[in-house]
Amino acid sequence: MTTTAKTADVPAPRQDGDFEGPLLEVRDLHVEFVTRDGVAKAVNGVNYTVGAGETLAVLGESGSGKSVTAQAIMGILDMPPGRIPKGEIFFRGQDMLKMSNEERRRIRGRKIAMIFQDALSSLNPVLSVGYQLGEMFRVHQGLSKKDARARAIELMDRVRIPAAKERVGDYPHQFSGGMRQRIMIAMALALEPDLIIADEPTTALDVTVQAQVMDLLAELQREYNMGLILITHDLGVVADVADKIAVMYAGRIVETAPVHELYKRPAHPYTQGLLDSIPRLDQKGQELYAIKGLPPNLTRIPSGCAFNPRCPKAQDVCRTDVPQLYPVTERDGAELAGRGSACHFWKETIHG
Amino acid sequence: MAELDKKDEPARNAVDETPNVTAVNTVEARSEAEAVVALDAPVDRGEPILQVRNLVKHFPLTQGILFKRQVGAVKAVDGISFDLYQGETLGIVGESGCGKSTVAKLLMMLERATAGEVFYKGQDITKLSGRALKAVRRNIQMVFQDPYTSLNPRMTVGDIIGETFEIHPEVAPKGDRRRKVQELLDVVGLNPEYINRYPHQFSGGQRQRIGIARGLALNPEIIICDEPVSALDVSVQAQVINLMEKLQDEFDLSYVFIAHDLSIVRHISDRVGVMYLGKMVEIGSDEEIYDHPTHPYTQALLSAVPVPDPEAREGRERIILSGDVPSPANPPSGCRFRTRCWKAQDKCATEVPLLAVPERFKDTDSPVAHESACHFAEEKDVVHAA
Repeated sequence: MTTTAKTADVPAPRQDGDFEGPLLEVRDLHVEFVTRDGVAKAVNGVNYTVGAGETLAVLGESGSGKSVTAQAIMGILDMPPGRIPKGEIFFRGQDMLKMSNEERRRIRGRKIAMIFQDALSSLNPVLSVGYQLGEMFRVHQGLSKKDARARAIELMDRVRIPAAKERVGDYPHQFSGGMRQRIMIAMALALEPDLIIADEPTTALDVTVQAQVMDLLAELQREYNMGLILITHDLGVVADVADKIAVMYAGRIVETAPVHELYKRPAHPYTQGLLDSIPRLDQKGQELYAIKGLPPNLTRIPSGCAFNPRCPKAQDVCRTDVPQLYPVTERDGAELAGRGSACHFWKETIHG
Repeated sequence: MAELDKKDEPARNAVDETPNVTAVNTVEARSEAEAVVALDAPVDRGEPILQVRNLVKHFPLTQGILFKRQVGAVKAVDGISFDLYQGETLGIVGESGCGKSTVAKLLMMLERATAGEVFYKGQDITKLSGRALKAVRRNIQMVFQDPYTSLNPRMTVGDIIGETFEIHPEVAPKGDRRRKVQELLDVVGLNPEYINRYPHQFSGGQRQRIGIARGLALNPEIIICDEPVSALDVSVQAQVINLMEKLQDEFDLSYVFIAHDLSIVRHISDRVGVMYLGKMVEIGSDEEIYDHPTHPYTQALLSAVPVPDPEAREGRERIILSGDVPSPANPPSGCRFRTRCWKAQDKCATEVPLLAVPERFKDTDSPVAHESACHFAEEKDVVHAA
């Protein structure tokens, strides 16, 4: 497979091996951190799959475990204090958690790349962006400095940085926030990975620039037929680009759904609360709906359903039994593809 | 009439033990009162409590070490004017670098204005210093964006809030302060027993409540909120917004609410001003700005907002601006938005458009007739276009 794709032509369909299943499959992943106050259970049994060309949005508040899951997939978790007591992460059918460091290194960047939230602190301030982009080619493909630089210019063109040739020697601080984020995207794209994990890629950007960057990302994804995991807390950004959504709360996925379905008919009280707390036109002057209370402390996750202390629907069973991710069906029992809700009372939530 | 209504509110709140009900009542009462007033000429809407006139802040750019000479200036705020009325919320929106936070600092007199005036109850506060300035500052307080860095980690909550009373001892006598701080904690919905805790023992939303309690401590008339909820989680944002609205009704506060989240600004604001590169480009009531924007930048901003409803956004036209905001050190001539504007013509490069009701809408009574700084202002509904 070649990486010298010109700006115009579309890369050939991927044929890495003959693996048929999903690109990435996370199975029952657990991640904990040992802290002074005890063990913080950041991720408690997460399952999801991403296929080629598919966009999965992982939605959650801070501390919900959405970024930690991504770090575990990338293999950039700080261990210790972090550890993965349980779970499997299959990439093209191979469990990455069982691989050696060297094997993982070969996947990282080449097959799975990551875009971080804060471009200014993720780029090295004392190296030019051209050097940092070229590093991907020098390290992974052994290109010479000169060739790597030429490729860096090509990449900057791809992500539509104007005057790429002149700017390749500039340093990160000389770029605006939107341009820096484009450089991050270029860096992730450099080796045409199969999967990109974007961790809050537009949170630090202004709305007008946010729209530009998200459009670029979506376009490049289509072009390369990549899988994309989009991690965000912004319900608006998700609605724009995702195919399916996984909502996380306290280290668990509480609801999965295709994007349209989720907004129309949430099947978990937490999702419902999030959607209701967005200011809407017809509520002007009224009190906003607010989910009461605070997200739980991860060292002391409530028993049963972790959302029960904040939930308006909570009953006794919610305090004792952890709800599994039930498949969500229509009122008459007809299956709803891709929908699941980890709530004992999902029927009441979705069907009222 | 409106004045009478407002005076009754605090009393009603004090008697009533159910804040929810009162909040709704008072809001209704106020919007009714406003509707009545709005029918008259807008000038009659009571005396503005804060009048900003041609406010300018340039940060000098210097060169050389020993003999510094000025080689230019970052024109962070370049001549903006607006009024703030008693009990209203003025939202200010704009992208980063447009000068909205500098405006907040200028209103607080944390930065000295390069030119222009800020009249608080008819008195120009930009000329004040010493004791007179201190007295004014008591009435204008601020809530900061980042609840993690705006609270001193080595001070307890009691010290943080109580410090305001050391600076202004006339507000609370010495023996009374602890009780007063506990009252404030109660008002913002925190347990008064937390008075001896440190900021790190609280979550983000709770810390922002501490920041709000500190802002309220001196019974100010104006609170300037610089992105008060943008650092908070979605589910907690709504709690803080509700608290701020409740407090506004309870204490008859005027807010200058600076934020980049347009839906929150719309929810809380009575009037909204849109800033671009140090200038106010459009200002009007929330309905005028959101439903009848006439400035191309406002239209682009509104259309770019991600809408949390996939179906609503599919029918929508999206205006995606090209390029980035130009540097405020070297802003474009004429209209500052012209470099990214799809309507730009020669006139835009030479003539600075003034913030005024556009000539051709002047005689119309529709919501389109509000101040907009564009030579080619025209209405375009970007929010609910289908």
